[in-house]
Amino acid sequence: MSYSDWLIQLAQTALVLGLAPLLSGVTRKIRARLLRRQGPSILQPYRDLLKLIRKEAVVAENASWLFRAAPYLIFATTWVAAALVPTFASGLPLGAVADLIVIVALLGTARFLLALAGLDVGTSFGGLGSSREMLFASLAEPAMLMAVFTLSLFAGSTQLSSISAYMLGPGAGVDISLALALVALIIVSIGENARIPVDNPATHLELTMVHEAMILEYSGRHLAVLEAAAAVKLLLYLSLIACVFTPWGTAVAGAGVLAYLIGLLAWAIKLAVLGFLLVLFETAIAKMRVFRVPEFLGIALMLGLLATILLFVSKVSR
Amino acid sequence: MSQLAASGVGFLLVLSVLGIFAARRASGSRLIYAACAAVCAGLAGAALLRLLAPAAGLESVEIPVGLPLGRTFLGLDALSAAFAVIINLAASIVSGYAIGYAARAREPQRVVPFYPAFIAGMNLVLLAQDAFSFLVGWELMSLASWALVVSEHRSPENRRAALVYLIMASGGALTLLLAFGLLAGPEGGYSFEAIRRLRAPGVGPIVLLLALLGAGSKAGLVPLHAWLPLAHPAAPSHVSALMSGVMTKVAVYGFVRLVFDLAGAPAWWWSVPVLLIAAITALLGVLYALMEHDLKRLLAYHTVENIGIIFIGLGLALAFEASGLRAAAALAFAAAIFHVFNHSLFKSLLFMGSGAVLNATGERDMEHLGGLIRRMPVTAVAFLAGCIAISALPPFNGFVSEWLTFQAILLSPQLPQWVPRLLVPAVGATLACSAALAAACFVKAFGMSFLGRPRTVAASSAAETDRFSQIAMLSLALLCLLAGILPGFVLDSLGAVTQLAVGAKLAPQSAQAWLRIVPIDIHRSAYSGLFVFVMILLAAAATAFVVRRVASHALRRSPAWDCGFPDASPATQYTAGSFAQPIRRVFGSVVFRAREQVTLPKPGDTAVARLQVELRDTVWDALYAPIIRLVAATAERLNRMQFLTIRNYLTLVFAALVALLIIVGTWR
Repeated sequence: MSYSDWLIQLAQTALVLGLAPLLSGVTRKIRARLLRRQGPSILQPYRDLLKLIRKEAVVAENASWLFRAAPYLIFATTWVAAALVPTFASGLPLGAVADLIVIVALLGTARFLLALAGLDVGTSFGGLGSSREMLFASLAEPAMLMAVFTLSLFAGSTQLSSISAYMLGPGAGVDISLALALVALIIVSIGENARIPVDNPATHLELTMVHEAMILEYSGRHLAVLEAAAAVKLLLYLSLIACVFTPWGTAVAGAGVLAYLIGLLAWAIKLAVLGFLLVLFETAIAKMRVFRVPEFLGIALMLGLLATILLFVSKVSR
Repeated sequence: MSQLAASGVGFLLVLSVLGIFAARRASGSRLIYAACAAVCAGLAGAALLRLLAPAAGLESVEIPVGLPLGRTFLGLDALSAAFAVIINLAASIVSGYAIGYAARAREPQRVVPFYPAFIAGMNLVLLAQDAFSFLVGWELMSLASWALVVSEHRSPENRRAALVYLIMASGGALTLLLAFGLLAGPEGGYSFEAIRRLRAPGVGPIVLLLALLGAGSKAGLVPLHAWLPLAHPAAPSHVSALMSGVMTKVAVYGFVRLVFDLAGAPAWWWSVPVLLIAAITALLGVLYALMEHDLKRLLAYHTVENIGIIFIGLGLALAFEASGLRAAAALAFAAAIFHVFNHSLFKSLLFMGSGAVLNATGERDMEHLGGLIRRMPVTAVAFLAGCIAISALPPFNGFVSEWLTFQAILLSPQLPQWVPRLLVPAVGATLACSAALAAACFVKAFGMSFLGRPRTVAASSAAETDRFSQIAMLSLALLCLLAGILPGFVLDSLGAVTQLAVGAKLAPQSAQAWLRIVPIDIHRSAYSGLFVFVMILLAAAATAFVVRRVASHALRRSPAWDCGFPDASPATQYTAGSFAQPIRRVFGSVVFRAREQVTLPKPGDTAVARLQVELRDTVWDALYAPIIRLVAATAERLNRMQFLTIRNYLTLVFAALVALLIIVGTWR
């Protein structure tokens, strides 16, 4: 590994953080336009974060140390997971120490801590959010892992760089398992990022009582860190789908400045397109009631399982 | 080393006798526990030396007693040495915890004498190199732990638990006896050496079945798990830790010894029943645990899940080994043994934590706990570490073994047979599902006991536990973290074990850059727990630093946001039951035939509203209840035989004799 690879890795790590609020801003803007509203500026999420961070933090009287430490740990694990996803360049140093299963598990750690944080103060809202979040996770996480299995069986590797390289190579083609895995992954992304129809990120209304209910007690800098973590998570999922299913344009480590620039541009375009599709889907559908969500996520699980079984049956020893 | 280990077992038995007298005073029991901790630490050290010794053969100690005309062989090979390390490490730390517990014990004379005997029995099972001493150790382990289960004999619940346990344990021992009898064949060579040499042909499948029944019932495979959530919580907490965290591992050892070592080369279809049962065990175990509100029973049910995960690894290893895929078999087997190690650490830790909570509050029911993170900060930190580890989340150790199991599952398209190829993805999905449900289960366990507001006076006036217990729990939490971030060393020390069991070992790991583990190939998969851990720490520190520099430092404490409904009652919090309600609705309506009934009073009526939840234990209803009814009915019928005259009895004896003679005659 050369120094430039580490530099690119560092740039990538910083970039996912820097661009995550922008992605939220862009999706919100598109959503507003689709609803024929003017919508806030795409820079609004940055301003919100800045505003929150300058405000005093109000913490419930009986909150423990866990309540105050959790935002930082949640943010850190999400950020580390995001840094492991190749964005504009693949084959980077971190890919060789953690694979796709680790990314899923790191997000699991973040969710575990968030659910605990929701329970810490001891209000019914926090408990409600935590309980439902863990229910959704109990279906979304295996669905995600099944999609991961499918991809790894194709590429013969659980590393994202290898999977991405395989998808670019001659071996990849249109395949029913791949399509099923894509659908599963999209459903999981919607569920995990608390988007419509599973949850609504735009409100603090009691009716959307999953993600927002867990963080109801947070304010000030703690809330800012949690909001940033949520933005990074959305970016992570979109980058992941982009990296695996549209690997074109992504630079390979050590490819030179021009390739990196192309990679950067390609990544930006992919994110914009995926973000647009996500919002389009969101505006076209109504929010489900809570007990419909397990069926929705169960579809993802079944599709993922089907994709894997089809592969196990059709491919002989990869 | 073997002499040392054998004398360690002898020493434990002596301690057991001394315990009878020492238990009269708290200082005496403390001394016994301290001696147990020391002996176990010594045993663990000796076994570790044996495990790491390069290419050491089996050196066995021969004791000229045993079966008539027989001898007893004791010794450690790589397999038993690995399990001896795991078991004695956990037992040593648990004994350290028990030193603190001794001061609070109510009836020490019912616990202290049996405790060293229990550990001695487990060690004897591992040391045994012949069937006779194996079974003696097995029975010593069962009986000593039975005595410990019944130590708090005043509650009828515990007496029932002990009865169920005794029946299941004797049934299990009987099947193991049959398995060894079949293996030894008509010549009756009961030493493992002789069995390996003169194995009777064609007994493999029956031995597999008997091992699944015998070792599986001890380990808690569904549907033979019924005794486990009754018996494990009934014992004092340090014994629960040993039973759940350690004794189940001895059962796994028994299975591995019988199936991988003694039964001969496996056929591919052996893996099918093992994988099926293991997957069902993993999923049902965690669902049972989620429905449970009693902290110790929750942990016991969760042991069932982990045993399922271990057996998934073992089943995969069988499938791979039978098809000659030795590297894959080594991976699956190493994953299983790694999980054995991990589970012994975090399950002991969690049971000790629940014991600390039980001592501080007198409550096991999570609905009566809450807010303990403020009253018992050290216990809370250790318990949290255990919860993260058992939920298979990085950077702790539970994740590593599940990751390895997933890697083994991803190798299974190489299998030539169709049945396992179709079965394994489903097993993978079940494993993924149970891992996610385990996280939900431990959010519930930690959240309800340690977070929120205290639900009872007992919980709000709890005090931190004693120093010994704190040190024991923290050291296990540290070991969980260390095994999670430095898994390469654990995997390397398992090399000799996989070589013995499946005839191959993984490539050496500890020389890898960043201490990562690379089970097969660097381009296939790699994981560096250390790197991930350091990254998380750095990222969290950087974030905290930036926020400190940029953000407002102001912090105001205020009442929690009540949405306009001021309520002071902690009863309005989410409870364990309400936390699990969505999962109960989604999964439980089939598995447990869960029914909810809401009774609301009419408008204007001030009567209380009621929510009734009914859960049925389907396994008990389908399997155990009919057996119990059958036994009861048969006993009713046979009861008449008690009141016959002497002539009738003589006739019966004569008839029985003739019948037996006819059977023997026709058999020949």
